[in-house]
Amino acid sequence: MTVASYILGVVAALLVLVIVIEMLRRGKLRERHALWWLIAGVLALIAGVFPKTLEWAAHLVGVQLPTNLVFFVSIAILFLVCLQHSAELTTMETKTRALAEQSAMQELRIRELERQAGLGDRLAADESDAS
Amino acid sequence: MPAELERTLIVMPALNEQASVASVVEEVLSTLHGVTCLVIDDGSSDATASEANRAGARVAQLPFNLGVGGAMRLGFRYALDNGFDNVVQVDSDGQHYPSEVPTLLRHLEQADIVIGTRFSGDATYRVRGPRKWAMSLLASVLSRIAHTKLTDTTSGFKAMGPRAVRLFASNYPAEYLGDTIEALVIASKAGLRIVQVPTPMRERTTGKPSHNPLKSAVYLGRASLALLIGLLRPTARMPEGAA
Repeated sequence: MTVASYILGVVAALLVLVIVIEMLRRGKLRERHALWWLIAGVLALIAGVFPKTLEWAAHLVGVQLPTNLVFFVSIAILFLVCLQHSAELTTMETKTRALAEQSAMQELRIRELERQAGLGDRLAADESDAS
Repeated sequence: MPAELERTLIVMPALNEQASVASVVEEVLSTLHGVTCLVIDDGSSDATASEANRAGARVAQLPFNLGVGGAMRLGFRYALDNGFDNVVQVDSDGQHYPSEVPTLLRHLEQADIVIGTRFSGDATYRVRGPRKWAMSLLASVLSRIAHTKLTDTTSGFKAMGPRAVRLFASNYPAEYLGDTIEALVIASKAGLRIVQVPTPMRERTTGKPSHNPLKSAVYLGRASLALLIGLLRPTARMPEGAA
């Protein structure tokens, strides 16, 4: 490992951490979403500063090339992030759908109340506006 | 059966059907005296809502498109909140004869869900290839699950009794094909009785059915997936007081 690649590894890891923490600080990223990125940044920093830990960890799990362990862990983290996002998207969609249903129900109810109160019919009014 | 009709809500999911929705609503209201017709405008970009309103239907407008399943869910909730016992789903493109609704309702006396099917009876509706395989696969699997012979499981002409309305108001799948396949699985697992009744159907008046091999193959895949997920999901329990 050359000095340049050592510095590159450390700087890249620090950059990740700085960006994530700055986004957290400015409220551009919620804590629950930042967790994986923080874990990734810290792992990268440890492996960057102490390359020996990477070799030790690779040996521990029986991976011959330490870089392959880096790839494996990176892909695993990205996979988990994607999975978490898909799950949260599903939750969001469910909530949005419930909101849409509720909004449609309330609009219908308002329209019926207005009709009973003799305030005319907005749908019919819309139509005459359009024509 | 005028009393039956007064407790029945006709739900019509409509997406950009301004050309046909008014005449369908008028036909429903003139054929079925005392019935209430709710058109769910599923995020249409045309005048579907005002056309339906002009024709005398109640109209609920979804702010964006949720698909037939999403629209029907709203219909079931509306029925439950407003004291309707039965819900009959009718397509807004005029494929279904409103005059067949009493037939469906009559069969609700022995079942919770009555499917109006187009196959038995006249065989004017023909499909081939993957779409046919999908349909026969669905028919055989769903028949077994529902303990009754079902041939046209994706029919959009269905009557739901009080138990089904209560179940579906809280448990209706909004996914693609969920409104037909998965809904039947949910209902069967919850112990509801499903029957089918042959009904004549018209050629669709607007729009055209999609029949090309690739789309049919995709349909087969998605239908199988919907079926599988429906079977894997935990059994939906009947809401309180509905056993």
